[in-house]
Amino acid sequence: MPYIDPHIHMVSRTTDDYQRMALAGCVAITEPAFWAGFDRSSPQGFFDYFRQLTEFEPKRAAQYGIRHFTWLCINPKEAEDPGFAREVMALIPEFLDRPTVLGIGEIGLNKNSKNELAIFDEHIALAAEHDQLILIHTPHLEDKRKGTILIMDAIADNPAIDPGRVLIDHVEEHTVELVLDRGFWAGMTLYPETKCTPQRAADIIEMCGTERLWINSAGDWGHSDPLAVPKCCAEMRRRGHVPGAISKISFDNPRTFLGQSPRFTLDG
Amino acid sequence: MAAADPTCPMTHAQLVEAYFLEHRAKLLDIAAFLDRLDRARGGGGSDFRMVAFARAIDVLRDDRPHRARRILELLSDHSADPIDKAPMKGALGAVPLSAD
Repeated sequence: MPYIDPHIHMVSRTTDDYQRMALAGCVAITEPAFWAGFDRSSPQGFFDYFRQLTEFEPKRAAQYGIRHFTWLCINPKEAEDPGFAREVMALIPEFLDRPTVLGIGEIGLNKNSKNELAIFDEHIALAAEHDQLILIHTPHLEDKRKGTILIMDAIADNPAIDPGRVLIDHVEEHTVELVLDRGFWAGMTLYPETKCTPQRAADIIEMCGTERLWINSAGDWGHSDPLAVPKCCAEMRRRGHVPGAISKISFDNPRTFLGQSPRFTLDG
Repeated sequence: MAAADPTCPMTHAQLVEAYFLEHRAKLLDIAAFLDRLDRARGGGGSDFRMVAFARAIDVLRDDRPHRARRILELLSDHSADPIDKAPMKGALGAVPLSAD
């Protein structure tokens, strides 16, 4: 069964992972800009990172028949220094016209600080100015509930943003309904320890349905699994979910949301 | 066992058959973790994370639905305003609980 992994950080993964994902049915991925595990020392480091995301990774993915798309931003973990963050943000517009860029992401909050929120607001304004889709990171663990609410309230303050063009990621049982009830799309990230396991994601699907909901691996340099999406599909099959529901959550829904960008295509 | 809307395609018996051993192992992991804490030097149960952990175990046994959501809420920061400055990049997994 073909699937899309709409959130994975392939710059941190090996080419063998591309091969295994292709063998498991992956036809497309989208890769948001994120924290590399250390703070970059200059905006130029981000310029090179954006080139890697828009030039190198699409070619590496194509070797395995996988379409690669990307999102650009400075992530909230490096937003505590607003001056530095603004220098990085100034680089983004020159990349927005590249053929595989879908929007602004993954922006959001990490520790729910005032500086993070200010830079988040400026990213939202940038997305509105350039009519971009938005992919949002919500904070970890104890900070997630509060951060998710702050994020949604901040978006509501910008009337130019349509919630139907915003995906709020890393939802769990205590945030998924908050997000869906306000008209946003929601993403469930499948991690072995933090965020959702494939089993809990299947539980959430059983409780909330399949509308405006997707699953992703968010595979990166930490403890994560680039095959988490097909493993969640397998969990749904094990429980007796019909193929249509599995395809909707792992292929149709990401294609529908991402297809709001004219750059997203599975053809060719 | 608390009743909830029957949205899982499997029956109760099928779920137990399929998942009991996996969760038996997870239950023993928690038990062994608590035993390990008992055997550790510098004991005491004052760490706010373990206070929250114990409260979360109470949720498991209260026979009400939505345990996962309620445990996540128990472990969440319920303040509303952004903080002045991020003290670190990571998260601790729980917050100090009030006495009530």
